[in-house]
Amino acid sequence: MSARRIFARPARFAAIAPYVWMVLFFLVPFGFVLKISLSQTAIAQPPYEPVFDLTAGWTAIRAAFAALSIDNFRLLTSDDLYVFAYLRSLIVAVTATALLLLIGYPIAYGMARLPKRWQAVAMVLVIVPFWTSFLIRIYAWINILQHDGLLNQILLALNLVGEPVVWLSTDTAMYIGIVYSYLPFMILPLYATLAKMEPALEEAAGDLGAPPWQVFWLVTFPLSLPGVGAGVLLCFIPIVGEFVIPDLLAGSNSLMIGQTLWLEFFTNKDWPVASSAAIVLLVVLLLPLLLYERLQRRQLEER
Amino acid sequence: MTDELPKTDAVAGDSQPTGGEPLLRIENVAKRFGTFRAVDGVSLDIKAGEFFALLGPSGCGKTTLLRMLAGFEAPDEGRILLGGKDIAQALPHERPINMMFQNYALFPHLSVRDNIAFGLKRAGMGRADIATRVAEMIALVKLEGLEKRKPDQLSGGQRQRVALARALARRPQLLLLDEPLAALDKKLRESTQGELMELQRRLGMTFIIVTHDQEEAMTMADRIGVMNAGKLVQVAGPRELYEAPRSRWIAEFVGDINLFDAESKLRDGHRLVVGTRDAGTLVVAEPRQPVGESRFSVAIRPEKIKLSRRGPVSEAGREAAINRLDGVIADICYLGGTTTYKVKLDSGGLVQASVANSARLDVDAYSLNQHVVAWFTPDDCVVLPS
Repeated sequence: MSARRIFARPARFAAIAPYVWMVLFFLVPFGFVLKISLSQTAIAQPPYEPVFDLTAGWTAIRAAFAALSIDNFRLLTSDDLYVFAYLRSLIVAVTATALLLLIGYPIAYGMARLPKRWQAVAMVLVIVPFWTSFLIRIYAWINILQHDGLLNQILLALNLVGEPVVWLSTDTAMYIGIVYSYLPFMILPLYATLAKMEPALEEAAGDLGAPPWQVFWLVTFPLSLPGVGAGVLLCFIPIVGEFVIPDLLAGSNSLMIGQTLWLEFFTNKDWPVASSAAIVLLVVLLLPLLLYERLQRRQLEER
Repeated sequence: MTDELPKTDAVAGDSQPTGGEPLLRIENVAKRFGTFRAVDGVSLDIKAGEFFALLGPSGCGKTTLLRMLAGFEAPDEGRILLGGKDIAQALPHERPINMMFQNYALFPHLSVRDNIAFGLKRAGMGRADIATRVAEMIALVKLEGLEKRKPDQLSGGQRQRVALARALARRPQLLLLDEPLAALDKKLRESTQGELMELQRRLGMTFIIVTHDQEEAMTMADRIGVMNAGKLVQVAGPRELYEAPRSRWIAEFVGDINLFDAESKLRDGHRLVVGTRDAGTLVVAEPRQPVGESRFSVAIRPEKIKLSRRGPVSEAGREAAINRLDGVIADICYLGGTTTYKVKLDSGGLVQASVANSARLDVDAYSLNQHVVAWFTPDDCVVLPS
């Protein structure tokens, strides 16, 4: 497409903009990471080899290509450390997403049934935590959960426990942090689908003899599935790669993949292994996305 | 229900159907939303097998009343007896009543078949019985071949049929229909009206329909309950409602009407001689319920007014008691089957007369500014308290 035609048709230019964006900010960096993942670590600047030097001539570039290998990926599958990190990340993400759905659904449902003017207020209340920095909010949780923190003080004052409970550096603390941080991402898509659902559908189910729990399982829940899917994806994917929350709130005896990446990059200075771990993570995360897209397309085709 | 025209005052007692226990008895039911009285002390009996219409302008409380029958709202006062049992506080799924919703409320994730089977499954029917009943319902509403479609793959008329089949499938003692035809275009609406009536008669079921469309109510219902501001203001058959409305408001809400405010009155045997500002002296049949000293109006429907170029010369015209008004044609509205003329009286008042276009050629038609005589008999007038 010539420059003149692009200017003549701004609409068409707008249509290719997302692809330009994808190439510049996703595919090109992805190419860099992929290349590093196929390299070997070295005590050098940058800390890997081979390095492509476009000024060194054709034969040098060919030699650099020949030096690439998939050794790092072999290492990832052979070393328990990485396999466990992936497994732990998936288990944490599945558990946390399930908790988020269990907690977020009733909240979203309640919001959608509020009188219209109160719905806006509830919406603001859900979004308001974002106005404070994420990191500060996690540090606030450290304060609440520490040995003489607010939670232990309340539990002691209510005589629910005899001595302070250890919260910090446990999985419980990590789950509290994750659920707290991601709850809006679960609530908002659920609320959006539930709020636009016609109330007469639930009434019709009741009218046709369904007691309230059947109304929910046979009508409300199936019709809210698109929102459930969106909420689950919005939470699950970033939680798998979560670094800050497990690092600050969980113990250090088992790591999530985000933490492992950090260690490889900054402590071990092993960029190639870290890059290959990142690539594997990306592939793992693409699977649920593709599945969701397939499901949505099938729903569209049924229409 | 007889087709005989009842006397003007024969309106008392018509909310109590004669003979046997009613299927549904609504006793003094009231519902408030905040300080707004949506339904205000409504009492009504409905017989088994009746086709009853609740008619009224939007916001009159007819839908709230229907929702209380279905169980979506609980009345603040009063009782709702179905077959002698008070169901006022029962939940929707505990009532042998089904409803057809205004926008059908079909389950978008279920096929036509599963929509119709929904209520049967909830009733714990066996699989074979459900299949039989669903097939029966699909045949009843003529939807063969569409069983596997989802609601959004159907036309408006087809959706309406699914909604009807779904509501009928459980064979409810009472079927509620909330503006069931409002979403259909005029032609489809008219043919569906006929089908609904036919179905109701064939199944011998009791239907209560809510509508704001008086023609729909008059076409379909055995009896019509007119509601205004939360109150049931008249319950009557279509003919009685039209020819003997109980109040000025009802007369104006149901059809068109000419109203003349009375200024004085004089009894003359079986007739009443009434002085009016706009139409001079009118002779009307005396209502059996005396109007007393209260203010009242003389009302006459447009189609009861005859127009002629000269005064009436027929037999009726020689009778002294005929009412005649002189005026000129001020407006002509041709509607196909009828033409509505607005006649400006010499007194300044306007009278609307509706004339059937019984001949194709317009030899009888009047033209603008033509002098005409509008005339009508005392029996065609209704006396209404203001």
